[in-house]
Amino acid sequence: MVYPMQEMPLNDKQGDPGYEENLAAFEARVARGDKVEPGDWMPNDYRQQLIRLIHVHANSEICGALPEGGWIPHAPGFKRKLALVSKVQDEVGHAQLLYRAAETLGKPREEMVEELISGKSKYSNVFHYHAETWADVAVIAWLIDAAAIVNQKMMAEGSYGPYSRALKRICYEEAFHLTHGYDMCISLATGSKLQRDMLQDAINRWWKPIMMFHGPSDKESKHTEVLMRWRIKLKSNDAQRQEFLKKYVPKMFNLGLTIPEEWEFRYDEATKEWRYNEPDWDEFLNVVRGNGPASALRLRTRKLAHEEGAWVREALAAAAAGEHVPVPVEMN
Amino acid sequence: MSQQTIEQLKPQVKTAIVDLLYRLADDHLILGHRNSEWTGLGPILEADIAFSSMAQDKMGHALAFYRLLQQLGEPDPDTNAFLRSGDQYRCCSLVCLERGDWAQSVVRHFLFDEATRIRFEALEQSRYEPLAQVARKLRGELKYHTMHGQMNLDKLGDATEESHQRMQDALDRLFPHAMGVFEPTEWDETLAAEGIQPREAELCKTWRSQVADMCAESGLTMPDDVGPIYGGRAGKHPEDLKKLLDDMQKVYRLDPDSEW
Repeated sequence: MVYPMQEMPLNDKQGDPGYEENLAAFEARVARGDKVEPGDWMPNDYRQQLIRLIHVHANSEICGALPEGGWIPHAPGFKRKLALVSKVQDEVGHAQLLYRAAETLGKPREEMVEELISGKSKYSNVFHYHAETWADVAVIAWLIDAAAIVNQKMMAEGSYGPYSRALKRICYEEAFHLTHGYDMCISLATGSKLQRDMLQDAINRWWKPIMMFHGPSDKESKHTEVLMRWRIKLKSNDAQRQEFLKKYVPKMFNLGLTIPEEWEFRYDEATKEWRYNEPDWDEFLNVVRGNGPASALRLRTRKLAHEEGAWVREALAAAAAGEHVPVPVEMN
Repeated sequence: MSQQTIEQLKPQVKTAIVDLLYRLADDHLILGHRNSEWTGLGPILEADIAFSSMAQDKMGHALAFYRLLQQLGEPDPDTNAFLRSGDQYRCCSLVCLERGDWAQSVVRHFLFDEATRIRFEALEQSRYEPLAQVARKLRGELKYHTMHGQMNLDKLGDATEESHQRMQDALDRLFPHAMGVFEPTEWDETLAAEGIQPREAELCKTWRSQVADMCAESGLTMPDDVGPIYGGRAGKHPEDLKKLLDDMQKVYRLDPDSEW
């Protein structure tokens, strides 16, 4: 069921005379941990923020399928080949679930896909980079999926019912991806010199996008405060980043991997947190605005796939409406 | 007649079975690989997901056949798939052809899976029991593949002018290759005489008549005056296979002795 945006109540100070009262009741509900469902009263800003977040999340799944999908034809051995097709299929499935969740807030999938292709809406910074070697596939499946799980587990506890439920299912599948990614990294880290070097090289190139994955530092993030009050988001970007680092940096070190020196990674015993040189957040913003190394390629690929599929979507819509091309007389 | 086990096989029969298994394994692997080229790029998300799922099934079915080969003393599945050269492959040209547009992939999927359904129905009765078991085991998954193929043929065959044209073009282009699935080999008589598999020509006849009916129901015309394209079963393949194998084997071949 798609809920058209124009039929959504405009719950803001102008559109709703009882706004202040309704807002107080809404915030009290959310604070109690109640889930908000599609037909419930919600502030317009809440709806818009959620659409933005879920849309970006769905875009990230569908764009995330590209760098890994490009390696499906090269996957070495049956085990990896089967696991990689399955993983990328899951990512496409997540996009489908998430576009669906966003549709409950009034934005049709077709419109979201158009906005992605035109560059109007964003997707995760990590998918603006090229996957250059097989080890990149391993690092994406392990560390980027791990970073994503930290984020998605938190978001799954959020206040919007349909998004929360979609995320619970997504997290369940992501846990398999993480195991598959870790297994690939172990094979490479304990393999031949060629394999070990390939893995470390991938870490060196991916560490910056990974450090940026959870978004700008709390000092710079403009959305965090209201998102936390409405329980759309339950932890700050920096808190999520620390949670990820605490769990995975020791595992990386155990595999004999290192973090590039320029980050000056060090563990602070007093605060029990990792310290590092702050990423360049201007660079991050520039990348997610579509100026990353692979940004143009990603959108070109998605656009081409969308255009090449247009006749299929038209035909399926016509078939669903019961239309048939008249059979020429000579064929009867 | 009792069913045959590996130990009881006469050398000539074993050679015939090995040849048959290579044809089956290679067809499924290469088609699975081709279908997985749609993963992330399908015309709609739901179609993308369905095609990826069937691609995995095909690769899984290939693996089942490569394992039967291994039981007969052939190399392990990874070595077999990732280190053989094109002229050692025994797949038909239908599965080698490039992915093409959605119509080419969907029509190929339909033609191949109908051929597989008819072959597997016969193989379920095979006197080579390990093969009969695999055919019975894969029946459930294959049922969904043929349903999906028929449904797509039905929906796209006559929905719009463009979809009709694309599907008919794909059918015209692919049909000679699809007949090549049933390329006879020197082992035909042995396999039939031993009750392992009916003759290729016999399977092809059943397939042709059933596929013709399904095409007609979908508003498409099966070409009836074209000859088959053979060669795959003797290791002669279109150029497309070379590119596919280069892609498929490039990482594995970097270090074939290591675990990836």
